[in-house]
Amino acid sequence: MGIGLDVPKLPVFFAIIIYTFFLLYYISKARKGGNLFLRKIPGIEAVDEAVGRATEMGRAILYIPGLSTIDDVATIAALNILARVARKAGEYETDIIVPNRNPVVYTVAKEVVKQAYSTIGRPDLFKDESVFYVTDSQFGYTAAVCGLMVREKTATNFFMGYFWAESLLLAETGAATGAIQIAGTDAITQLPFFITACDYTLIGEEFYAASAYLSGEPVLVSTIKAQDAMKLIIGALILLGGFLGLIGKAGILNFLFP
Amino acid sequence: MNIWDRLAKIPRSFIFLIIGLSVFLPLLFKFTLPLNILKPVQEVYDFIENLPEGSSVILSCDYSPDVLPETHPMAIALARHMARKKLRVYILTLHPAGTGLALDVYNRMIKEMGARERKDVVFLGYFPSSTATILGIGENIRNVFKADYFGVPFDSIPAFEGVKNYNEIRLAISISGAALPEVWMTYANGRYGANVVAGVTAVMAAQLYPYYRSKQFIGILGGMRGAAEYEKLVNAQNLATKGMNSISLANFVMILFVILGNIAYFMQRRKRR
Amino acid sequence: MKRQIPILIVFLVGLLGFLQYFVTGPISKGIYNTWLEWFQGVQGMAIIMAIISLTKRHWTNVRKGKNTIYSLITLFSLYGMMSLGLFIGIEKGSLFDKLYEYVMVPLNATTFSLLAFYMASAAYRAFKARSMEAILLLLSAFVLMIGLTSFGDMISKNLPYFAQWVLDVPNLAAQRGIVLGVALGVIATSLKIMLGIERSWLE
Repeated sequence: MGIGLDVPKLPVFFAIIIYTFFLLYYISKARKGGNLFLRKIPGIEAVDEAVGRATEMGRAILYIPGLSTIDDVATIAALNILARVARKAGEYETDIIVPNRNPVVYTVAKEVVKQAYSTIGRPDLFKDESVFYVTDSQFGYTAAVCGLMVREKTATNFFMGYFWAESLLLAETGAATGAIQIAGTDAITQLPFFITACDYTLIGEEFYAASAYLSGEPVLVSTIKAQDAMKLIIGALILLGGFLGLIGKAGILNFLFP
Repeated sequence: MNIWDRLAKIPRSFIFLIIGLSVFLPLLFKFTLPLNILKPVQEVYDFIENLPEGSSVILSCDYSPDVLPETHPMAIALARHMARKKLRVYILTLHPAGTGLALDVYNRMIKEMGARERKDVVFLGYFPSSTATILGIGENIRNVFKADYFGVPFDSIPAFEGVKNYNEIRLAISISGAALPEVWMTYANGRYGANVVAGVTAVMAAQLYPYYRSKQFIGILGGMRGAAEYEKLVNAQNLATKGMNSISLANFVMILFVILGNIAYFMQRRKRR
Repeated sequence: MKRQIPILIVFLVGLLGFLQYFVTGPISKGIYNTWLEWFQGVQGMAIIMAIISLTKRHWTNVRKGKNTIYSLITLFSLYGMMSLGLFIGIEKGSLFDKLYEYVMVPLNATTFSLLAFYMASAAYRAFKARSMEAILLLLSAFVLMIGLTSFGDMISKNLPYFAQWVLDVPNLAAQRGIVLGVALGVIATSLKIMLGIERSWLE
């Protein structure tokens, strides 16, 4: 029939199924009213303060949803956070500027911000020109956004999503204008630059957890618990594999990798 | 404002000026600073050195002019080594802006390194779909390379004699400023067990070391240092070696600024107490 | 109903994409290739809307007299290059190609090279030994910045190897930890959207 199973990928399939069960378990626990503790993440706690600062100074918030395409999960996570930030900005009646590198991301970001204002009952606050497309060129986009930061003197800058070499250019320009900066990315190579130049940085999975944190909804928060549970299993497997490797019996785990 | 306050608040324009001079001045003078060869680069050299004459190698120049200073010298040094070893080199690019630079490597191989057109080196041009190209080579290169960049049909190219897929292609080298070496690793090495080498910018190299340690890459040429080390190995010190002089001095100057900033910070703190 | 249908579409397409990854054969490849083609089609449509938005924004700026010169340059460049490409052609040696090679490429390279200067000013500003973590950051920055350059070779033969060890061992360990967490985060985000738990894109 022309259909076969990619056997070497089966361990990944089963791992995702196990993870899905964890997710569903913690979601049902949250729906039953279970108490779920999460440690505080400074970068996420600072979002309110950052938006408030922009309101006090009467200046805009700049939100960059990364430079990647819509099929990158980091961009989707960035847009989820944008929805929450836009809602807060709307509540404080603070302007938000969202420049985009990718046309598809631009169209989605525009709808996200529009919907965010509608959700809080203030669709009149949405300005068409606040979410716009800049250019597809990496450094053309960077130059445009740096110019925007310097001219508009944005009080708060959010760098959320996937970034490449332009991360330091953006973050350092923002730092020079005196803005408070919160970054979140899963781009490992750019994390050092954000950590150096930004006030708060969400590292890796903190970035993916941010949307759940900001919403505070128990069902979303429960998914973070599922991540932690899966991490425990992976950690245990790593320790087991390391111990078996030390005693020369690592071959026992070969059945996991056909 | 005392001296510690001044040192703590050095204007950015002054820092930029000093950095600019430390990058520019070494380019005016001819000198070579010492350079040890590190393992990731040595392993690439050793692998190519041990290939028998006539072995087929893919050199994928997947980079754009933005990252030329770091990546182009790597490509040239590798090409020089492969020309000296009389290997059969298939040059292509998976980056839309990479054709001109890949063509430059091809022309240098013919004009400066003694490679014979279509016998020792073939230029295949740009292929838009990286995954499809890499996977296609794994099945049968005839499905991917119908003709070279100049329109000469596949069957008329002596360099392709006896080559069907990665079983006959001894090495795939991907030089890139983006994530294309990982695509080569995922498909060429992951699916077909091909030997893959990555040549990347210094920033990207840090991301690829996990794969080098797990032997998914034979070796990595990281940044201008990697290029300079390879130039030293093939005895053809050129752009990268000159560039290392600038990088070394610029890094040293940066460290000096950091030290000055810290001294000023501690002296100010002491004064406040 | 207005919410249920998009969530159902996302779930079905997401499930199909998930299963497609594990299935081999021409049907699976065909589905994937069809998706890619549709995606490119959507991109093409989106760029038209993006250009309209860009033009509207900059034309509004020009009318309001806000940052007029920048907006005029943007509009001129956008439509100028478009016209050159459409009416004169984009072959090698054409004016479009020359403008790309001799204006666009050097501009990109110049902006990229600003990184060296920004790195110096960021390092000077931020690398202060304020805490234990900051001291560790400072020391590892020293080791790597000096160790992997020629001065490292001059200071000690072992310094470059130590710097490489820092990259190969502690850096690698930290990266693997972050990558594991990111992978779990990516799966969680994807599942949350597929199962309709995360609806901020829809509300």
